[in-house]
Amino acid sequence: MFNFSYKTQRYMILFGFLTIPLALLFTFTFYPAAALLYFSFTEWDGLGYDMKWIGLDNYKEVFARPELFGVFQHNLYYFIGGLVQLAAALYFAIILTGKVRGRNFFRAIIFLPYILHSVATAIMFKNIYHAEYGVINVVLGSLGLESWQQLWLADTRFNNFALAFVSMWKFLGLNMVIFIGALQSIPDDMYEAAKIDGASRWQSFRFITIPSIRRVIELMMILTLTGALEVFDIPKVMTNGVNGTNTFILQAIDTAYSYQKFGLASAMSVVLLLMVVALILIQRKFLFKGEE
Amino acid sequence: MDRYENPLFTVFKYVSLIFATIIVLFPIYSVFVGSFKTQKEYYTSGLGLPDNFFNFDNFARVFEVGRLDIGFLNIGTIILVAVCGNILLGSMVAYAVGRFEFKLKNSIVGMFLIGQLIPTITTQVALFSVVKGLMLYNKLAVAMVLYMGADVLQIIIYLQFVKSIPRDLDESAMIEGASLFKIYRSIIFPMLGPATATLVILKTISIYNDYTVPFLFMQSQRLQVVSTAISAFVGPNAAQLNLISAAIMVIFIPTVVIFLLLQRFIFSGVTNGAVK
Repeated sequence: MFNFSYKTQRYMILFGFLTIPLALLFTFTFYPAAALLYFSFTEWDGLGYDMKWIGLDNYKEVFARPELFGVFQHNLYYFIGGLVQLAAALYFAIILTGKVRGRNFFRAIIFLPYILHSVATAIMFKNIYHAEYGVINVVLGSLGLESWQQLWLADTRFNNFALAFVSMWKFLGLNMVIFIGALQSIPDDMYEAAKIDGASRWQSFRFITIPSIRRVIELMMILTLTGALEVFDIPKVMTNGVNGTNTFILQAIDTAYSYQKFGLASAMSVVLLLMVVALILIQRKFLFKGEE
Repeated sequence: MDRYENPLFTVFKYVSLIFATIIVLFPIYSVFVGSFKTQKEYYTSGLGLPDNFFNFDNFARVFEVGRLDIGFLNIGTIILVAVCGNILLGSMVAYAVGRFEFKLKNSIVGMFLIGQLIPTITTQVALFSVVKGLMLYNKLAVAMVLYMGADVLQIIIYLQFVKSIPRDLDESAMIEGASLFKIYRSIIFPMLGPATATLVILKTISIYNDYTVPFLFMQSQRLQVVSTAISAFVGPNAAQLNLISAAIMVIFIPTVVIFLLLQRFIFSGVTNGAVK
């Protein structure tokens, strides 16, 4: 079939195997990132060629208007929720790698939400939080706790917590399974040795478990943070961002597609992109340090 | 990790596990019972069991009005094409870059690593003009191409895996006169099997769940995927929580079945993917 020399074949493989992936990488990752940067210095409605260079004005606007940059405070709920969820995931991972009845059953149940469809899940919780017929208020009503009933998605005291909870519900099991994977790679003899030396449960957790999975914990914390910065579908589906529940991405997409301000939306996206890249680079450095 | 345990801790352990089970199952239970109820029944019976578990009217209406069947068909096609494309292109890059020395090698690897740093969701705004420019707007192909080209996870996973395949295999095949393409096809690609399984799982979950790409680039009704079909269904039927519950069940059931069958593979898939 191939009567070419290995040298020719090498060129054919390199060229044939790399051209399309590189073309895709440039078209759908690098070019949009570069275009985004360019758009961010312009005033543009996203449709025609009427693009006006306005320098740093969009960036000034992003940081000056609290309804743009200030939206990050809504993302904060998802980050805090994410940290609580990570702690819970680690707790369940530890007890489910230890001796416990029904281990596989509990693992499967806690993981289950992760594989459920995300939009359908958001809609399910929208029904649960429903002011009149949602099961939370129905249950509270039947327990005689009418005063505890709330407008879970409209009341600004609760709505961001309610939304962040959906994300916790969905991702707890994923993080737990990842932690279980990390915990299982710790050799048992380390715990045995510690036990012989008279270490307490807490001491072996503090001095064996935590150091052994430190890298995974760091990785998960950064992923929680970048994930929280990029939240979009939960608030989009459940509240469409009203009553102070819009997140930064939701705000950027609205700015572009509803208000036709593509330049401003691009500047918002660049700000977010730089934050995410900075965080990932910090994490890489952490990981690198861990390897030394 | 088995040691003498404080009985109080044992109690706490099981209480917390049961609490977590209730938190997970309670919402699912509420849509499950809701999906069999008539609208009036839904609003009066609270969390009680439905009067008639054989009331499938809601499910029939969901398919009739919500056209979830189109949604499943579209997302199925997209997943099939995009995942195959990912496997093919990812393993090709990993073979080319992982097995040969050439001048641009390090810069190419570097470019893919940088590409991995840029999340697609941040570049949506500019991606819109690329999609328009390539005449991909409102076509099924836009999702296929974006899921194939805008995420480089497959390359990162395959690249790490290719390094673990001994080079002796390539060399002995070359002594027997195999072409380089044949080495890729009959040695490298089959050896990448575990990485491929991980990818299939991770990519299928993420594509099935994605809302942004279909929401922004496939607005036409006949291009609806499961995510956009259900959110379009909810709008005009917002008052009929029983119908919405049925739609949610229809979407949940296939994934739960797949999960129960492939649980072990899915657990190892997400674990391998995370440590990339």
